[in-house]
Amino acid sequence: MCLGIPGQIIAVTQPEKMMALAEVSGVRREVNVAPVATGPLDDLIGKWILIHVGFAMALIDEDEAAATLEALRGLGEAQEALDAMAAGDAALEGGS
Amino acid sequence: MKYAEEFRDPKAAKALLTLISEVVDDIGATREKPIHIMEICGGHTHAIFRYGLDKLVHDGIEFIHGPGCPVCVLPMSRVDECIEIAGKEGVIFTTFGDAMRVPGTQKSLLQAKAEGADIRMVYSPLDALELARRNPDREVVFFGLGFETTTPSTAFSIQAAAREELTNFSIFCNHITVPAPIKVLLDDPHMVLDGFVGPGHVSMVIGTHPYDFIAQDYGKPIVVAGFEPLDLLQSVLMVLQQIRDGRAEVENQYARVVPEHGNPVSLAAISDVYEPRPSFEWRGLGEIEESGLRIRTRYAAFDAEVKFGIGYAAETRGVEEPEGCSCGAVMTGRMKPVHCMQFGRGCTPETPLGALMVSSEGACAAYYQYGGARAAAE
Repeated sequence: MCLGIPGQIIAVTQPEKMMALAEVSGVRREVNVAPVATGPLDDLIGKWILIHVGFAMALIDEDEAAATLEALRGLGEAQEALDAMAAGDAALEGGS
Repeated sequence: MKYAEEFRDPKAAKALLTLISEVVDDIGATREKPIHIMEICGGHTHAIFRYGLDKLVHDGIEFIHGPGCPVCVLPMSRVDECIEIAGKEGVIFTTFGDAMRVPGTQKSLLQAKAEGADIRMVYSPLDALELARRNPDREVVFFGLGFETTTPSTAFSIQAAAREELTNFSIFCNHITVPAPIKVLLDDPHMVLDGFVGPGHVSMVIGTHPYDFIAQDYGKPIVVAGFEPLDLLQSVLMVLQQIRDGRAEVENQYARVVPEHGNPVSLAAISDVYEPRPSFEWRGLGEIEESGLRIRTRYAAFDAEVKFGIGYAAETRGVEEPEGCSCGAVMTGRMKPVHCMQFGRGCTPETPLGALMVSSEGACAAYYQYGGARAAAE
């Protein structure tokens, strides 16, 4: 929960709630982009972000995203984050 | 040096290790009289063990593992209080998965769930918020846990709940801050700390200035670091160079992610929703002044402590640690995990007795996973 995971914003979903769709290691997840939204939300599409517990906390470049993902994989934390996302989805359906 | 081959850039790692050795020699530190560097963040502790950095660097450096693992510093009484809330009629209790196995005095959240409590692991407080929207007849409580990295997420969630006028969503706030316990450790006459590797993602939120007191008031260097092994080696080198040169500054090795003044939107949300508690209890460190946050009165409708009369809203609290558990001594660097009488015996990652064995960011779990064999050989 402490280390963020990199993702790429691919669409704005609920602008009134500052929500956008991000792709994280092949998994799509809605994230809140309020912390990095300094201009129009559409400007964020295609940008790489560091995601902490569902929030885009920093804009990063693609190289940094790749290096961070590799570091997280080395620590086993990338899979942990993806598992947590799946658990979150399951919780909404009453499971997990 | 089998670990060095695992680096993304082994050549760069070896060059940094050579430079580190040169500076340690310049300082005159030895295995018998080492430089003590504390890595504050549990993520860094994990990385140091994963890549064997503590063994790769000159043996004149000793890493002291800091209190930067929120699960590890969580008092057992707080877990008990979570279970008490989860047992209330109509409650859906939600939490980050990391907290599920932390032992309370009687049981963990995982055990309480197995016994029938509606406890659900979520990825984000946004999931808890969505649960509240979908279940208007249930009370959804989220276990707000973590340092400044996760604090914005619950602050934004409370703001959203207030905007939507939800009446069935609350946060059990256990957010804590990094600078306060560092001050306690620096004031501890038994601690010998020569410099710090500062947390990366916490600093992404709060910036680098909250650490100014470490350099200015205590004369110790601190370097905010990234999480790649090369980041850590670079940061250790920067700390050592400051010590060699007689400097004490706050430096930022992770400037590509950490802005000097942090993330203004997140800081504004934190300040809107939270205020410092007069003091907060840390496992192993006791009560520390202004080290925790509580929900401001204007958001009391979303404060689980107020809603359920639990935690710091209750009159009596506080429990002893389990017998033989030395988490406190390990947390303050006074004892190595392997010297705890329960390490690997009564306390393992599968059946943790102390919180430091639960999380992969805890010093004991890191020792157990990566360092057990070599520690036994020492």
